[in-house]
Amino acid sequence: MSGDRRDRPALREPRWARWAIFVGGIGFLVVFVVLPLATVAVEALRKGFDVYRHSLSDPDTVSAIHMTLAVAAIAVPLNCVFGVAAAWAFGKFDFRGKTILVSLIDLPFSVSPVIAGMVFLLMFGLQGWFGSWLRDHHIKIVFALPGLVLATIFVTLPFVARELIPLMQEQGTDEEEAARMLGAGGFRIFWSITLPNIKWALLYGVLLCNARAMGEFGAVSVVSGHIRGLTNTLPLQVDILYNEYNMVGAFATASLLAGLALITLAAKSFLEWRYADQLALTRR
Amino acid sequence: MTAAIARKPFRRWSVLPGFAPALGFTLTYLSLIVIIPLIALFLKASQLDMASIWRILDNPRVFAAFRLTFVASAVAAGINAVFGLVIAWLLVRYRFWGRRIVDALVDLPFALPTAVAGVSLSALMARNGWVGALFAPFGIDIAYAPPGIVIALIFVGLPFVVRTVQPVLQDFEPELEEAAATLGADRWVTFLRITFPALAPAMLTGFALAFARAIGEYGSVIFIAGNRPGLTEIVPLLIVIKLEEFDYRGASVIAVASLIISFSLLILINLLQRRLGEHHERG
Repeated sequence: MSGDRRDRPALREPRWARWAIFVGGIGFLVVFVVLPLATVAVEALRKGFDVYRHSLSDPDTVSAIHMTLAVAAIAVPLNCVFGVAAAWAFGKFDFRGKTILVSLIDLPFSVSPVIAGMVFLLMFGLQGWFGSWLRDHHIKIVFALPGLVLATIFVTLPFVARELIPLMQEQGTDEEEAARMLGAGGFRIFWSITLPNIKWALLYGVLLCNARAMGEFGAVSVVSGHIRGLTNTLPLQVDILYNEYNMVGAFATASLLAGLALITLAAKSFLEWRYADQLALTRR
Repeated sequence: MTAAIARKPFRRWSVLPGFAPALGFTLTYLSLIVIIPLIALFLKASQLDMASIWRILDNPRVFAAFRLTFVASAVAAGINAVFGLVIAWLLVRYRFWGRRIVDALVDLPFALPTAVAGVSLSALMARNGWVGALFAPFGIDIAYAPPGIVIALIFVGLPFVVRTVQPVLQDFEPELEEAAATLGADRWVTFLRITFPALAPAMLTGFALAFARAIGEYGSVIFIAGNRPGLTEIVPLLIVIKLEEFDYRGASVIAVASLIISFSLLILINLLQRRLGEHHERG
């Protein structure tokens, strides 16, 4: 590419413009991306490494880590199954009304996380539609793990499906049809033909889904009730510590989430670079 | 009319199995998690008569929150549209050391939890923060004031314009720009008359996505905003406050109003973008 440009003098901006674009673009990213990351690291280590490690072993923070892992361990696989089922129905078959249904899958992305949490409060909260029935049967949904899981599933629902649907549409049905003609059953076709074709895109979707599931704040905050050591996830723990002016604790907890974000980005970039041809074409 | 529908079957015939269970599962799951809960929200709000709905919305604090949310979101999405184009241009057209890392970092706002972004941006922009300290001598407050809200919304919307413009710029034929140059247009005129019109629909899509995201944003904003009622209080925070007061009806009415406004804006931008696209194709 770089040779390309040099061979095409007509496409070169004047020297001052090139510098302006470079400095403007990089400067913008430094202020909005690099400096916030650096702030997390500096603030977390402000009182030294021992204090940092000590604040991570606080019992409430440890229980928040467990809660975050538990919520993601339930929500991500469920959305994964949903994504595969949706991609099979929408990617391999043609039927009327398909476009509208596909666009409905993206709906959670245009709903505020706060509203995503709130709808479950309206249904399962004490004043909600099923509130008194749930109380009579001693079932807790809101202000407990099930509520956190429901809210997380809502906000992360589109991630796997939106990676797989365009890819399976592009790949068509020729290979699956050939397997069918040779006598393979539904599950055999899926395991030996479809799954190998979509595995990297599936992993890509799971990575993004997991990052959001572990990092979700607004939706989870509404349904959690902020019960320390019981219904706090890591992002909620950051909020609590920050409001108590425990800056080292808040930023130490935040550093775990920032580390997760960086690992996710690295894995995502690796997949985009190594398996570009096996991810949906719409994504370079 | 009926004959035409009868001739067109519900679904094209296929030898592949599993259509009914896959579609059935998909629709059940989607209904239980998303559709029915959202309908419940609309039902909750519609239990009230128009007069009571209006009484909830016609309140200076609610009005101020709506104005702040939509203005700050539009400003942030606009700034992102400009810098998104600059960054996409940088990534597609220029070759420099570390380009891959820069490309990966653009997606950080998608991966970094909003609460983390919130606490670190407010530490950064506070009067004693690295960036805030540069503005403090001039009496300009960024954190705990409206500019802080815009900063947080710029952060969450940053990837959208870059990621919508980048593929379009990549596929853009350089021959068109070269033709313009041979015909005597300078670089700036070529950009304004040839390149920019081709990128404008993608920029608008990115703007709309960043705008929609900003309107609903909660986590990154509440840490930096200061949250003073009527001054720096955003709509999602107002909903949370109503919920904490167990005023579920008030919360539902505000939530439905904000959903209706943002969906209408998205549809409007979508129509505008379609017209822009057609105009560009006709040349």
